[in-house]
Amino acid sequence: MDNQPDIAAGRLPESAYAENFGDVHPPLDRKAALVESSRCYFCYDAPCIEACPTGIDIPSFIRKISTDNVRGAAQDILQENIMGGACARVCPTEVLCQEACVRNTQEHKPVQIGLLQRYATDAVMEAESHPFTRAEPSGKTVAVVGAGPAGLSCAHRLAMLGHDVVVFDAKAKAGGLNEYGIAAYKVPDDFAHREVDFILEIGGIEIRHDQALGKDIALAELRRDYDAVFLGMGLGGVRALNLEGEDLPGVHNAVDYIAELRQSDDLRSLPVGRKIVVIGGGNTAIDIAVQTKRLGAEDVTLVYRRGPEAMSATHHEQEFAQVNGVKIKHWAQPRQLRGAHGRISDVVFEYTQLDENGRLAGTGDAFSLPADMVFKAIGQAMLPLPQANGASDLLEMDGERIAVNEQRQTSLPDVWAGGDCVKISQDLTVAAVQDGKLAAQSIDSFLRG
Amino acid sequence: MADLRCDIAGVKSPNPFWLASAPPTDKEYNVVRAFKAGWGGVVWKTLGEDPPIVNVSSRYGAMSYNGTRMAGFNNIELITDRPLDVNLQEIKQVKRDWPDRAMVVSLMVPCEEENWRNILKRVEETEADAVELNFGCPHGMSERGMGSAVGQVPEYIEMVTRWCKTHTRMPVFVKLTPNVTNVLSPARAAKAGGADAVSLINTINSIMSVDLDIMAPTPTVGGKGSHGGYCGPAVKPIAMHMVAEIARDKETAGLPISGIGGIGNWRDAAEFMSLGAGSVQVCTAAMHKGFKIVEDMIDGLAYWMDEKGHQTLDDFRGAAVPNVTDWQYLDLNFETVARIDQDLCIQCGLCHIACEDTSHQAIAAQRDNGARRYEVIDAECVGCNLCQHVCPVEGCISMVEVENGKEYMNWTQDPRNPMNQKAAE
Ligand SMILES: Cc1cc2nc3c(=O)[nH]c(=O)nc-3n(C[C@H](O)[C@H](O)[C@H](O)COP(=O)(O)OP(=O)(O)OC[C@H]3O[C@@H](n4cnc5c(N)ncnc54)[C@H](O)[C@@H]3O)c2cc1C
Ligand SMILES: Cc1cc2nc3c(=O)[nH]c(=O)nc-3n(C[C@H](O)[C@H](O)[C@H](O)COP(=O)(O)O)c2cc1C
Ligand code: SF4
Repeated sequence: MDNQPDIAAGRLPESAYAENFGDVHPPLDRKAALVESSRCYFCYDAPCIEACPTGIDIPSFIRKISTDNVRGAAQDILQENIMGGACARVCPTEVLCQEACVRNTQEHKPVQIGLLQRYATDAVMEAESHPFTRAEPSGKTVAVVGAGPAGLSCAHRLAMLGHDVVVFDAKAKAGGLNEYGIAAYKVPDDFAHREVDFILEIGGIEIRHDQALGKDIALAELRRDYDAVFLGMGLGGVRALNLEGEDLPGVHNAVDYIAELRQSDDLRSLPVGRKIVVIGGGNTAIDIAVQTKRLGAEDVTLVYRRGPEAMSATHHEQEFAQVNGVKIKHWAQPRQLRGAHGRISDVVFEYTQLDENGRLAGTGDAFSLPADMVFKAIGQAMLPLPQANGASDLLEMDGERIAVNEQRQTSLPDVWAGGDCVKISQDLTVAAVQDGKLAAQSIDSFLRG
Repeated sequence: MADLRCDIAGVKSPNPFWLASAPPTDKEYNVVRAFKAGWGGVVWKTLGEDPPIVNVSSRYGAMSYNGTRMAGFNNIELITDRPLDVNLQEIKQVKRDWPDRAMVVSLMVPCEEENWRNILKRVEETEADAVELNFGCPHGMSERGMGSAVGQVPEYIEMVTRWCKTHTRMPVFVKLTPNVTNVLSPARAAKAGGADAVSLINTINSIMSVDLDIMAPTPTVGGKGSHGGYCGPAVKPIAMHMVAEIARDKETAGLPISGIGGIGNWRDAAEFMSLGAGSVQVCTAAMHKGFKIVEDMIDGLAYWMDEKGHQTLDDFRGAAVPNVTDWQYLDLNFETVARIDQDLCIQCGLCHIACEDTSHQAIAAQRDNGARRYEVIDAECVGCNLCQHVCPVEGCISMVEVENGKEYMNWTQDPRNPMNQKAAE
């Protein structure tokens, strides 16, 4: 048999797809939520609040769950984090609120804050009325670029404060990476879309799709036509390996494939290789590895150039990948992507170690992994800001990303930015939501100032 | 959103949640913190005559139940241990700074008209909204002829209440002790004396636990203990019964009630109010978790009222009272049987063993191809619902009404009642 690539759709029985891409953490029912909420001590100056980037009053909302005041609980959550529903599903709670829970010290078992947050927000999102009302109209209109977590959070808070908002997004659907990037089993049942609808229910927010800044619209125009501008474009670009063979068919950007997976109506029709190699050590690497495995790939190997502690994927996520049958290989870096029959056939890696100065160095020893598909997941990068109309060159950068102050204001007095496209953000949904909220508060003072 | 404003015996507060007379209301510092947190009112820690009493150390006992701390709580503290002047000055200042909150001052002085008249005059000068006569404290003060020593003798209650009504223009709340056989006697006496409202319950005589190593009750003071006043979540059912009795008694019906006992959240409060309470008072829950618990009480109650379409507290106050009746008027022809939802059942067998060992042998333990299956025997089930309470799965056992086509018939109408047989003879 010769080395023909083995890429096929429908590797699994029909019923397996729903199971593999359904909820990873099924929701709590009332009884379970009552039991779990009773584990919260209602701490004073609670460490979990400090550990939440959006500062949700966690003990308060959990106490309200324990008294069946679910609406009050959801209100506590959503007033700090309008994407409390998404965050309940996607936050790495093991390094955020739940890591800070005092129960860890006492019994190594934190209160399941994420699941409780989901219990409360699900109930309110299913209810008919939106939980917030708008302040008196201010007569001001703000342009928001990007309908991801940062942009939508900013838009919602602005609408609440009485301003009108026009959101411009390059894509056909709103939600940003909630819609196109997060692992499918974290947000099943069209959750991202439902959440966008929920956020828009407040009113005063118009979304214009297929409108890309730098292509269809220019920053100078927005600054001229609107009272303030918020930039929340995320990271459009993907880092390259800069290696030979990178362009071979069969070598993909992980985020592109995930977007395709997330948009697919029928996962059975999505082709996946038998042998998969993933290069990278973050969230995206874990997600592509687990999702290809769950699509039926036989061997999925994730290769990272340093040790497990250095991976930006949390310990919990690494373990999740391993439980899903992903093999994680540490201390190896790619050297060459080799092809056969005009396609990828294998990847050559070199073992790595730290030299005496603590710098990463190759050992000179190599090995190769056969691959039907290779996924690059070594990070995203911000696309260079368009220079059109001479406006954006005034926007100060911090490295590749936009420089902002604590209030998320850029070097331009009427332009704010937040989420993945700013330097100080943490590349998490929850951090993007916080950026949008802070920016909206600052924009509000600016507009009323 | 629902309107939570509360008016009881002319005392107004932005919400019905008051702190009961106890350590949380002992001084300006605490009370100001409480008002900042959102509490609608306070009943200031009971004042007495100088010199102030002295307290012991330690003072509190608690009962943990299956890991739940302070399911029940008790104390052997007395009334305020601070000089009267200091308290009065602080009360005056706080009332001036927080005019919209209810400021009720709890009092306990010896059983002489002169003593009551003097203290009332001084309290009036603070501009407080009302006084609450502490006839409830079950320890320490009762031995001195005050507190529950007065509260257990209806004639004294009536007499002291009347003195107070004579000597002050302030509304008079009478705080009742539960350490009586029938709460209606003291409640009726308070009403007869002219009380504007009653507050209940104060704490219940109790011994929390015995330290088996030193063979002494807790809390232990130098190797000895004394009975103390029991309160907290565990006393709520007792308190609610007493509130309901007063709300539905012909003589006392309509007498405003400030409900107290085990209240910790909006639902507890709503239950007391549905049984006729105008405002509610909280002590143990605040001592356990701090003043912030009032946030859940406020928005929880308002959301629930919105959901039910109640606009003001009056819309549901006392709404459950007409449905509290005497046993003899319950419908003997109303029948239910237990239903087990086999899809929810986790096969723990608790329903079976409870029924088999201690009730009516109405749940069969079966094996279906080796698998456990518990099934109700309808003919044996009397609808007691013990199984429903022991089942650990929410909604797994339900009690369904049996359509037996029989008319309402209570014990007074039942031919099996010997009294009726006698009448028929
Ligand atoms: C694969 C993957 C998995 C992840 N998993 C998690 C997770 O489990 N938990 C977690 O907390 N975080 C996760 N993250 C990170 C998280 O998704 C991001 O931090 C978050 O989405 C950032 O929000 P944002 O609004 O800044 O950007 P985005 O979500 O990227 O949204 C940007 C929006 O701007 C639009 N846009 C881009 N360029 C333009 C333009 N020029 N003009 C107009 N519109 C434009 C885009 O279409 C998009 O709608 C993951 C990221 C990836 C890539
Ligand atoms: C430590 C402590 C001290 C108390 N002191 C008084 C008091 O001085 N006067 C009084 O009327 N009641 C006093 N009480 C009784 C409370 O006001 C209240 O009636 C009782 O605790 C029941 O409410 P709870 O279950 O919310 O605690 C005290 C209770 C406690 C726990
Ligand atoms: S655990 Fe520590 S902080 Fe918490 S109550 Fe006990 S002593 Fe205080």
